[in-house]
Amino acid sequence: MHQSRIVITGLGLTSPNGNSLEEYRKNLLDGVAGIQLIDMRYMGKVPAGVCNFDPKKHQTRKELRVGTRAGSIAIYAAREAVENSGLDFENYDKSRIGVYVGTTEHGNVETENEVYNISKFDYDTKFWTHHHNPRTVANNPAGEITINMGITGPHYTIGAACAAGNAGLVQALQMLRLGEVDVALAGGVSESIQSFGIFAGFKSQGALGTHETDVNKTSRPFDKTRNGIVVSEGGAIYVLERLEDAQARGATIIAEIVGYCINSDASDYVLPNPERQAECMRKALKVAGMEPEDVDIVNTHATSTPMGDIQECKAIKEIFGNSPTTYVNNTKSFIGHCMGAAGALELAGNLPSFDDNIIHPTINVEEIDEECAMPNLVINEPRKVDAVKVILNNSFGMLGINSALIVKKFED
Amino acid sequence: MTEDQVKQIVIDIINDIAPDEDTTDLKSEVNLRDQMDLDSMDFLDIVMELRKQHSIEVPEEDYPQLASLDSCAAYLTPKFNA
Repeated sequence: MHQSRIVITGLGLTSPNGNSLEEYRKNLLDGVAGIQLIDMRYMGKVPAGVCNFDPKKHQTRKELRVGTRAGSIAIYAAREAVENSGLDFENYDKSRIGVYVGTTEHGNVETENEVYNISKFDYDTKFWTHHHNPRTVANNPAGEITINMGITGPHYTIGAACAAGNAGLVQALQMLRLGEVDVALAGGVSESIQSFGIFAGFKSQGALGTHETDVNKTSRPFDKTRNGIVVSEGGAIYVLERLEDAQARGATIIAEIVGYCINSDASDYVLPNPERQAECMRKALKVAGMEPEDVDIVNTHATSTPMGDIQECKAIKEIFGNSPTTYVNNTKSFIGHCMGAAGALELAGNLPSFDDNIIHPTINVEEIDEECAMPNLVINEPRKVDAVKVILNNSFGMLGINSALIVKKFED
Repeated sequence: MTEDQVKQIVIDIINDIAPDEDTTDLKSEVNLRDQMDLDSMDFLDIVMELRKQHSIEVPEEDYPQLASLDSCAAYLTPKFNA
C-alpha cells in the first residue's frame, strides 16, 4: 500500500523557558532552565514550569475569561504554527484542516476551581458556573483552537497520559495518510500546574521533585540525587502535511516523520516497563526502516524519578548500546515535565539540530547515577557532531503507554 | 437604591464579563444585545453575578426582563430595595 510521506511545515510553542523555537533553543544550548516556585492551593510553594507567553496576542479578553488555560496555550501554539508554516490560511479551505491535540488530562483544573468557588458559598451548587461543562469536556483545548481560528474540519484531543504529545502527532499522520484532512494541526498541551491534585498525587506517590537550594536544579534526570518530577505547563503544535501538498505550495519543510510506535505495558498503573519501552523503540525503527546506528539523537522521556530514569536507560542501552554515534539527551532537566505537551515540546527543542548539528545536553547532573550512565549521554554541555539526520523521541505515560517517534532531516 | 445605581451595578457586571466591550455610551432604552456582542452565556453570567455579589435571584422566566438597562432597572430595583 502506498503511504504518503508526512512532513512538518510549521511549529508554534510555548515552554517554561521560551515562547518561540528560537528563544527555547537558545536557552537549551545556553543551559538556561525555567523552573520557579509557585503558590499551590492547600500545599504552599511547589516547583513548577510556568509559561509567560502573551495570551492576548491571539485571544480577546472575553475568550480568555470563558476558556481554559489549556485552550489558551493550544491557541497560541496553533496560531504561531500556522504563521510559521507560511500557509495562506485566510484563503485555505478550513473544512480540510484537522486538529489533534494530545493531553495528559483535562478538566481537573476547572473542576478544582469550581469546587473551591462553591466552598465560599457553603457548597451551594447554584453558584456552580454554567461554563463548567464546555471547559471540562475532553476535547476542550482542540475545540478552542477551532473556534478561535474558524477551522471546521475534525477536532479532538488524544488522551495518552504523558505520551500524548507524540500520540497527537501520530494521529495527525494517520489522518493525513487516510486522506481525511489536507492539513493537520497537532501536538500536545498541558495546563496541569493549576491543579493541586496533580501535585498532591505525585507527592503522595513520593514522586514530586524537590531541591534544597536551587529550584532550577529540581528536575535532574540521571543525577544520583534526583528525587522526582517537576510539573510544568506548555504546548507545541505542528503543521503537518503530505509531502506532495507541501511541495506544491512551496512550503519550507522542517522535517519528515518517518517512524513511530505506540504500545502498552499491560503490567502496572504507574511503574514503567523497560521491556515494552525497548519494544516500542524497536518497532518505531522497523517502521522507519532503520537500524539503531541510523539514529543520531535519542531524546529521553526521563522525568527525574529514581526508578523511571533507570528503567528507560535500561531500554535505551538494550537498543542503542552498540551504536557509537547515537547520542542521548533530555529536555525535562530544563523545563520540567510538561505532561501532555512533553513529547511534542521536547521534539521541538531538538529539531534545530538538523541545521546546527549541535545536541543540547541534559543539565543538572552533578554526579551521574551509575545505573543511568551511558557513554553517549550528553551531559551539561552541548555536543557538536558532524551531522544530525535522525531523532528518536521517547514519551511514556501512566497506565503503561509508550510512544516513540522518529523524525528525519528532510531529503527529497 | 435608585434605578441609576442599579443600572451602574449592571454595567459593572457587564464590564467584568464582557471586558472587550465599550460600555461608556450604552443607550438605556435599547436592547443590550443590539449594542454589544453578548450571547446567552453572557446573560447567564449576569444572572450568576447578581446572585453571587448581591444575593439577587432572577428566575429563568424573568430573563427577558434583563434585555435593556431600563428594563433591568425597572425589574431589579424593587429586588434591591426589598
